[in-house]
Amino acid sequence: MKIDFTKIAEYIPYMMGGIWITLQVAFATALIGSIIGLLLSFAYRRKGWMQNLTMFWVDFFRGTPLLFQLMLFHYGLPQITGWVPTPYVSAIVVFSLNSSAYLSEILRAGIESIDKGQIEAAHALGVSNLDISFSIIIPQALHNVLPAIMNEFITLVKETSVVSIISLQDIMRRQAIVSAATYRFFEPILVVGLMYYVLNKILSYLGKILERKISYDKA
Amino acid sequence: MIKLENISKKFGQTTVLKDINIEFLPEKTYAIIGSSGAGKSTLLRCINLLEKPTEGKVLIDHVDLIKEKTQLTKIREQIGMVFQNFNLFAHMSAIDNVAFALIKVKKMSKVEALKDATLQLDNVGLSHRLNNFPHQLSGGEKQRVAIARALAMHPQSILFDEPTSALDPEMTQEVLKVIKQLNHIGMTNIIVTHEIKFAQEVADYIVYMNNAEILEVTPTQEFFKKPKTQRAQEFLSNMI
Repeated sequence: MKIDFTKIAEYIPYMMGGIWITLQVAFATALIGSIIGLLLSFAYRRKGWMQNLTMFWVDFFRGTPLLFQLMLFHYGLPQITGWVPTPYVSAIVVFSLNSSAYLSEILRAGIESIDKGQIEAAHALGVSNLDISFSIIIPQALHNVLPAIMNEFITLVKETSVVSIISLQDIMRRQAIVSAATYRFFEPILVVGLMYYVLNKILSYLGKILERKISYDKA
Repeated sequence: MIKLENISKKFGQTTVLKDINIEFLPEKTYAIIGSSGAGKSTLLRCINLLEKPTEGKVLIDHVDLIKEKTQLTKIREQIGMVFQNFNLFAHMSAIDNVAFALIKVKKMSKVEALKDATLQLDNVGLSHRLNNFPHQLSGGEKQRVAIARALAMHPQSILFDEPTSALDPEMTQEVLKVIKQLNHIGMTNIIVTHEIKFAQEVADYIVYMNNAEILEVTPTQEFFKKPKTQRAQEFLSNMI
């Protein structure tokens, strides 16, 4: 069989519609995952049950496959709770929780990279803990780990392809549908790959700009 | 008024401070000297509770700082501190370093705070460095920004924790010069230092520490004529 893109040309707009779904899941996840991740990274600094909970959280979401987590939430839990989430909701919930575990570890490293002296200096000036967190710790932690965070976001965009397994009509799922309709695989798969590639190229470009913007230690 | 009563500090099994009793009189300058490991810095850090004493009372204007936790930030506001490693906020320019606490703690408007910060930096000879970030400054400049940052709060007292130990001799002199100027503006200065000559020049009292204890608190002239304790005499003769 020859390669022939004209056979799938009419489906390309349909496949591109998946970009929107993929981006929605990725952005919602990045946002919710970052907030939970930040809370976790601060919770970790408290000794006691909060630290233990954080450690268990991170272990669970890093220690089991994303696919398992998705299946558990989307197909497993409804049997117990009786609540059947839409694929869209399942995708965002599971990815957010999963991503929060990775992001909390990245942010924790960022927080630990700040020398304690600055925090002591702020305490000595009478600055409140809240102001220290938001004005001293978080800005510097973000700055120090921004490349790692961008890496996590790029991974996220790619990993959202797993949601096709629960029938969410993202880019990957639409490829399967097009392939089924046209009996062609190489072309639609190639188009899908290109879409992910371009998406992440744009994302990493934006990351570079952001990095340059918040940089304060390069002369 | 700063008063330490029966302060002890232990790190695990190690005793770093042993039953410390001392009162720092207002508007006087104290130099805390002694060999490394004597507990000088820990003593200083107990005053604003960066280090929490294992036992004893820290009284600032008769407020028991360890008991009255709600007063802690309010009182820290009145006690400036300058550190050995400067501890400037790395993501802020010199002027923002000074203005930060004015905005967040003193609740000044941004315009006012920046005006004040400019003035303070000018006083330490850094009016040409306002917008430089810490990594662009020399050690001596960093320490002068740190001093300006502490002074901007108009504290009643200021704690210097080996302010020149990380600096080369030339920068040391530039920082000591700035500290000397502070001597007559009506603050209590408590300086942990290894610069004996400097201590002799600026201090009203010498606090000599050895082995986790204060051995003597002596007026400076007397101390340099003849310290009260045998150990301090030895220390001094090794220095000069």
